[in-house]
Amino acid sequence: MSTTSVLGGIVRRREDPALVRGKGRYVDDVKFPGELAVAFVRSPFAHARITSIDTSAAAAMDGVHAVYTIDDVRHLGPVPAQVPIGTLRPLLADGTVHHVGEAVAMVVADDRYVAQDAAELVVVDYDPLPAVVDLEEALRDEVQAHEGKSNVLLTWHGQDWWPGVTDELVDPKPQIEEAKAREDTVVVSLRMTNQRLLPTMIEPRVTVANWNGGYGAFEIWSATQIPHALAGAIGKIFGLPSNKVRVVAPEVGGGFGAKLNIYPEDILCAFASQQLERPVRFVETRREAAVATIQGRGWVGTATLVGTRDGKILGYELEAICDMGAYSHNFTVAIPALGLFVAPGQYDIPTHYELHCVVTNLPTTDAYRGAGRPEAAYYLERIIDHYARTIGMDPAEVRKRNFWPPDAFPVTTSVGLTMDSGDYARNLDALLEWADYEGMKRRRDEARAEGRLVGVGLGTYVEVCGFGPSALAGLGFSWSEYGMPSAFNGSGVVRVNPDGTCTVIIGTGPSGQGHETTWSQIVAEELGIELDAIEVLHGDTAESPFGVGTFGSRSLAVDGTAAFEAASRVRAKAAKIAAHLLEAAPEDIRFADGGAHVAGSPDKAVTWGEIATSAYQPHTLPEGMEGGLEATAVFSPPNATWPFGAHLAMVEVDPDTGNVEILEYWAMDDCGNVVNPMIVAGQIHGGIAQGIGQAMFEHAVYDEDGNLLSAALMDYPMPTAGDLPSFKLNRTTTPTDVNPLGVKGIGEAGTIGSAQTIVNAVVDALAPLGIEHVDMPLRPRAVWEAIQKARG
Amino acid sequence: MTMYPRKFDYVAVGSVAEAVEALRATEGAKVMAGGMSLLPLMKMRLLSPTTVVDIGRVPGLDSIEDRGDHLAIGALVRHADTAANELVRTHAPALATAASLTGDVQVRNRGTTCGSLAHADLAADQTAAVLALGATLVAQGPSGTREIPADEFFVDTLTSALEPDEVLVEVRIPKGGTGSAYDKLGRRGGRSDYAVAGAAAWVERSNGTVTAARVALTGVGTKPTRARGVEEAIVGTDGSASAIEAAARRAVEGVTVLEDLYGSEEYKAHLAEVYVARALAAALG
Ligand SMILES: Cc1cc2nc3c(=O)[nH]c(=O)nc-3n(C[C@H](O)[C@H](O)[C@H](O)COP(=O)(O)OP(=O)(O)OC[C@H]3O[C@@H](n4cnc5c(N)ncnc54)[C@H](O)[C@@H]3O)c2cc1C
Repeated sequence: MSTTSVLGGIVRRREDPALVRGKGRYVDDVKFPGELAVAFVRSPFAHARITSIDTSAAAAMDGVHAVYTIDDVRHLGPVPAQVPIGTLRPLLADGTVHHVGEAVAMVVADDRYVAQDAAELVVVDYDPLPAVVDLEEALRDEVQAHEGKSNVLLTWHGQDWWPGVTDELVDPKPQIEEAKAREDTVVVSLRMTNQRLLPTMIEPRVTVANWNGGYGAFEIWSATQIPHALAGAIGKIFGLPSNKVRVVAPEVGGGFGAKLNIYPEDILCAFASQQLERPVRFVETRREAAVATIQGRGWVGTATLVGTRDGKILGYELEAICDMGAYSHNFTVAIPALGLFVAPGQYDIPTHYELHCVVTNLPTTDAYRGAGRPEAAYYLERIIDHYARTIGMDPAEVRKRNFWPPDAFPVTTSVGLTMDSGDYARNLDALLEWADYEGMKRRRDEARAEGRLVGVGLGTYVEVCGFGPSALAGLGFSWSEYGMPSAFNGSGVVRVNPDGTCTVIIGTGPSGQGHETTWSQIVAEELGIELDAIEVLHGDTAESPFGVGTFGSRSLAVDGTAAFEAASRVRAKAAKIAAHLLEAAPEDIRFADGGAHVAGSPDKAVTWGEIATSAYQPHTLPEGMEGGLEATAVFSPPNATWPFGAHLAMVEVDPDTGNVEILEYWAMDDCGNVVNPMIVAGQIHGGIAQGIGQAMFEHAVYDEDGNLLSAALMDYPMPTAGDLPSFKLNRTTTPTDVNPLGVKGIGEAGTIGSAQTIVNAVVDALAPLGIEHVDMPLRPRAVWEAIQKARG
Repeated sequence: MTMYPRKFDYVAVGSVAEAVEALRATEGAKVMAGGMSLLPLMKMRLLSPTTVVDIGRVPGLDSIEDRGDHLAIGALVRHADTAANELVRTHAPALATAASLTGDVQVRNRGTTCGSLAHADLAADQTAAVLALGATLVAQGPSGTREIPADEFFVDTLTSALEPDEVLVEVRIPKGGTGSAYDKLGRRGGRSDYAVAGAAAWVERSNGTVTAARVALTGVGTKPTRARGVEEAIVGTDGSASAIEAAARRAVEGVTVLEDLYGSEEYKAHLAEVYVARALAAALG
């Protein structure tokens, strides 16, 4: 260990000075000479046959370079998907539109204004078809979202979720049925909606494609979470070798999974650039983002739980319909399976899932912060609360009676996945004591006695993230459609430059998570090089090792580990060089304060500059040692990581208006070892805000014809800092051993833990009125209507 | 799905007279004050003015003056200024509160009180306040200035009594009365964002009796409106909780309540009662 430990310390985010001063570099800050802009003609119908498209007036407009329809690009095929189940999206509507906002034609013009004016001149005739919007209706399959194709893509059935993985599992269904039939058990059940959401990242999608015919190569700048995948896909589609496509994702202004997709606009920009030999830029508008970018959640289902009267849960079932939208994108049908992975949560309970993935005439759903796991945590934690109330037991107590005990780990859950570590009771107890749960309940009861509607809500969660095992990628997730190897590896390069500074190169990039700071801390700790002497490069496929992408709370556990391992290798080599220079044994070399010294003799020292200079002058190195001072590491995780936590909220409902006020919010998360507590807190803050956003504010509302009624932010309320209380955050630390840092993901945890915590609290507040459930979002209207109904 | 306006001309005028001339001379020209409502409409191409007449640099429009029996708020006074101004807070707390609850910090620093009134959104905040305060709006057009009582100013959704070639130069708030207040339920819950329903109340009380009252609603109908039934019911009472409750029951008398994403007719009508009661109680408190 170095004397100045930076690992685990609060280090201010190094990226922020540039970002908060507007000096960060996002795609739209990077301009190419001769750029053209695009605008899209988008469908006003959710389902309609296109009878004609007339582009002549648009094409004739001054400043317009091209207007493309599917006839121009059909040969390029549809947008590739990793999980190609369902209809893949054609680059432009092919004969029939399947959701409002589907791109029908693309105009390329001198600038965005001209492009938009021209787009308005494209005349498209439609012959409307019945639209499938309602999930129950979609499941009935009487009207089809894609003519002649069943709406039901597949049903995730409990344990047989992936071939081969679960051979030894016992089917829990008979156990659950038997428990239900017993006379001494209680069966509770609730039908609940987990509504559709718009990801609404602050920077919408932006892509600029620049084809250079001279070099026969693409340079593409894109606000993406997956630069290597985009490069691979473009190469595959355009028949180019991978080293002829460079994708750069510079700063990315939020993604939340929405930028974990390859979109038709990316491919179309590349196509147009190749055709016109000009750089072509797409900048999504906010309203386009509401219809043309993937959306999240969209489940409706019934959770059923059976248990004894003294709080022992004997079985849990969820049957739900999951809205896939019109086309399958990257993971689409696999997102519900991610929910299945954590279906039993922190509990040792027989669990059976049945998730019907149905197609609708709505925009595609795909990964959105949490992706399946918030849905799973929501249904489970809501029904457990309902069970606790039914048997008259404290909800914390019910949970504790069913947790996996710490000495049981590693455990294989009833859905067949192995969790390496967990200490749930300790985590929950820590929360309850710290937040003074008993005192909180007392204050609630006092308020109740005054006639106020105050409630306390608890929620726990397990997250699965930082995938591995790498072999998982081969089991249905295939990156091959993206022209990539199928794996969940992380990779990093650590290079000490001749002047003793250090460059870290990672194949993935941040979209706000503070990777530069975190990677610097890891490398600084390992090498004893000052933070300020470390520079992190990311997101550029031309300079970085191959990287899978930034998603599924994987970066630290996988890419961060690769950076750590690369740094360890550099350190080992540097120790030998220092030993040579200092005439000591390598094992006596210690690294600290910007250099190396001999243990016990701090004055026998060399700086990193001296070590590196020697490394780049191989004749000064020990006999037989290769020159240079850098290492590349590829880390292949043996398993996913399994963070967990417990959240607690106290709310008050205004009975006259239905308005919910969050009085207190407490969270005790466990993401294993922590590199930077401030960054972890930041992730949890944002995550909780997003979960509360779902619980109380956000809803992509569609009418029965599939029109989005909440396309503008004016009608899609999102929480702002001013709408939220100050969260109280704390942690327990249960390290994992699936990576040498003992770290687990934290990017999605806040979102996974919060929505049910709020709803549980609100339902607790309303319980004296006999209310058992209110569907999200808990806008005043919904809460008031529930109160009215309860009061008769 | 666009967010790019159609082509338009832009003039930055130096005086109200120049603005009026520009409006008169150009069909389809529009005044821009803070631009907080005008620009979004243009970007969504819901409104495409031929010329934007920017009054932002006209001197002398950005002050709040005490004119003895009334306050005058100029066309360029921002929401934030209206909210923080001592005169407004003392003599027209309903308006100060409404301004403080308008939008977010950026909107309050750019948007203007007069712009909000001219825009006449059915869920705006300050519209209800000026109705309850019995304000007068002063418009300047090609043939001089005219005074428009607040009661005649809000014609319909996004439609005011201003002629296309008139500039709203100031709003005058009479002093007097015992108190005034504004409260709302915002679309994001609490008091955040446009009003799902809101109410402003102004009252005069002497010797324990309510002698005069004006109450106005926003967010529930096609335009901000007086709740005359409530006024009638509260005048002559002692302003007690039960009197307020009884009066509030008449909140939507004569109002066509509209359903939207945030509330059914029934809910909005109910909220109107709740907020009328809250505003009255605060004004009388
Ligand atoms: C994010 C956001 C949130 C908001 N939230 C709220 C809210 O909670 N409550 C609320 O009430 N409002 C809200 N608004 C609207 C805001 O209050 C605007 O500032 C206001 O409606 C318009 O004022 P402005 O000065 O910006 O006018 P502009 O946008 O410049 O003009 C609006 C309209 O009024 C006309 N106009 C403006 N000034 C004059 C004048 N002096 N004479 C003649 N015509 C004129 C313009 O021609 C235009 O038609 C919000 C706006 C935004 C962008």
